[in-house]
Amino acid sequence: MASDRIFGAVVTLVALAYIASAMQIQSSFMADPVGPRTFPILIGSVAALCGIIVAVKPDPDPDWPMLATFGSLAVAVLVLVGYAYALKPLGFLIPTAITASILSYQIEPRAGRAVLAGIGLSIGLFLIFKFALGLGLVPFPKSLTG
Amino acid sequence: MELLSNLAIGFDIALSPYTLMLAVIGCFIGTIIGALPGLGPSNGVAILIPLTFTMGLDATSALVLMTSVYYGAMYGGRISSILLNIPGDEPALMTTLDGYPMAKAGRAGDALVLSGVASFVGAFLATIGLMLLAPLLARVAFLFGPAEYFALYLLAFATLGGMASNNQAKAAIASCIGLGIAMIGVDNNSGMPRLTGGNMHLFDGIDFLVAIVGLFAIAEVFFFIESHGKNTSIGVKLEKVTIPVKDIMASGWTMLRSSLVGFIAGVLPGAGASLGSFLAYMSEKSIAGEKGGFGTGVPKGIAAPEAGNNAAAGGALVPMLTLGVPGSGTTAVLLALLMTLNITPGPMLFTERPEVVWGLIASLLIANFVLLLMNVPMVKIFVKILSVPPWVLLPGVTMISFVGIYSLSGSYFDLLLMVAFGVLGYVLRKLDVPTVPVILGILLGGHMEDALRRAMVLSSGDWTFLFSSGISITLWIVAIVGFVAPMFLRNVLRKPQRITD
Repeated sequence: MASDRIFGAVVTLVALAYIASAMQIQSSFMADPVGPRTFPILIGSVAALCGIIVAVKPDPDPDWPMLATFGSLAVAVLVLVGYAYALKPLGFLIPTAITASILSYQIEPRAGRAVLAGIGLSIGLFLIFKFALGLGLVPFPKSLTG
Repeated sequence: MELLSNLAIGFDIALSPYTLMLAVIGCFIGTIIGALPGLGPSNGVAILIPLTFTMGLDATSALVLMTSVYYGAMYGGRISSILLNIPGDEPALMTTLDGYPMAKAGRAGDALVLSGVASFVGAFLATIGLMLLAPLLARVAFLFGPAEYFALYLLAFATLGGMASNNQAKAAIASCIGLGIAMIGVDNNSGMPRLTGGNMHLFDGIDFLVAIVGLFAIAEVFFFIESHGKNTSIGVKLEKVTIPVKDIMASGWTMLRSSLVGFIAGVLPGAGASLGSFLAYMSEKSIAGEKGGFGTGVPKGIAAPEAGNNAAAGGALVPMLTLGVPGSGTTAVLLALLMTLNITPGPMLFTERPEVVWGLIASLLIANFVLLLMNVPMVKIFVKILSVPPWVLLPGVTMISFVGIYSLSGSYFDLLLMVAFGVLGYVLRKLDVPTVPVILGILLGGHMEDALRRAMVLSSGDWTFLFSSGISITLWIVAIVGFVAPMFLRNVLRKPQRITD
């Protein structure tokens, strides 16, 4: 109940914000009868309406995980964001091994196996990508190899 | 005998050793992808698209490879449905209803072989149907103007939202999210940036591949972290695999009927594939009656949804190739592949690039035989793959997703977006909001708006032009009925829920 009410409200608010920013779109001299604003505004209106419907007529709540699980999901997201930033400057092997180990540990918390899985995946995938598929991956940071 | 000469062109391409090799590799990889729990056809095909793209294959080869993966994944999906009670995607859900009880009763091998044969019958008949129906529909599609296309896109969203989900309002929200995302970027008509918030990275719009991989693959990782990879170990033993001739013979008519039902449902834009296996299962259940014992692990209960599912997968290719409107989540991903390869699906595809269409159809026929050979005698090999533990598999999937998206653009921004889509996908699926309409919205949003604007240019702003032809009025009516009718039929057409043990 509560989840859907919140979801509906969030959708409606985002949709209204979307409509507001769609109103700001500039048209150019090459105007067609519909223009660049109408369709986005139409989408926003439908979404806002449906958001209200969901908020008024909510479904039963899903099984949300416990707070601790939310913690580990947040950690996973942070790790992935960090990986996204690290991939270019630090090369493929090291960030991949670390990220894969952490994710593996989060799925099944056994440290030793997780680290092995991380290192194995990192090296194995590198070999596949580099030599079987011919992608131009950089294995180590440029500063190390020169 | 235009059909035969066209097929000759197709086989000419498909039987070249290189293409044949691609088809076999695709079938093998596809079956593995389908069999792995946590990797269904849609996300499996999705994470492979960027890689195929960077490998620099030409259009026909890439298409042959990926559609073999697609068909292979449909075959492989039954392995995890039957042995683990985990459907790889929405349409495979029906196979678990009888497949898993039969496997638990000690007949796992029989269930796998029977479903493999049923898959073959469904897919084979559907490919024949595709061959016959697609050129006809392509001819009709020439009559489609912008007003008709607008109505057709609307129909796809309406049937997808109406039939394939539990809550219409949520499905509509999902479509709007997708369409809204598609609007971001420089407007094609006026050349003005829209809804970018001044962010330079967003001027090109959001790449649909980023969204697809995020929503499907990354979101799956979050689900596994939540469940700690439980429920993925094999609960049933697979003994010696023999061919249950009696069961196959007994369910022959079931397979044929289900293939027909599945194919017709698959051709519907939007809801196709999940509707196909559902209708096939339900109609066979009512034909068999109370004594049929559906739901307790009877052979017909496996043959029906599996033939229906695979026939629908083939049927879903009809609207995708002729009109550019996908019939299921996975065909939406295939549409993304076509768009990445710069092939515009639609009636022109059949006249301008017959080698692509007929090469594809011929390789589907070949892939089907390859898959039957792979899936019946070699099924034990694929079952072994199920024992890859999730703590290796899911990190692996994540890394492949990252490398794939990274190799497309080389920008960290796309990777961040992908993670964001992963979070969005997790939240949406938790709230029972379907994610396939989001994908469809991102893929079709631009075309849908274009159709509307061109229609208005033609009519100089007269809105009644949208309802001015017989075709468009019919499409509007079907769209509205398809969206509204399921609300009233909900009690009649209740979807069977997953069995738990």
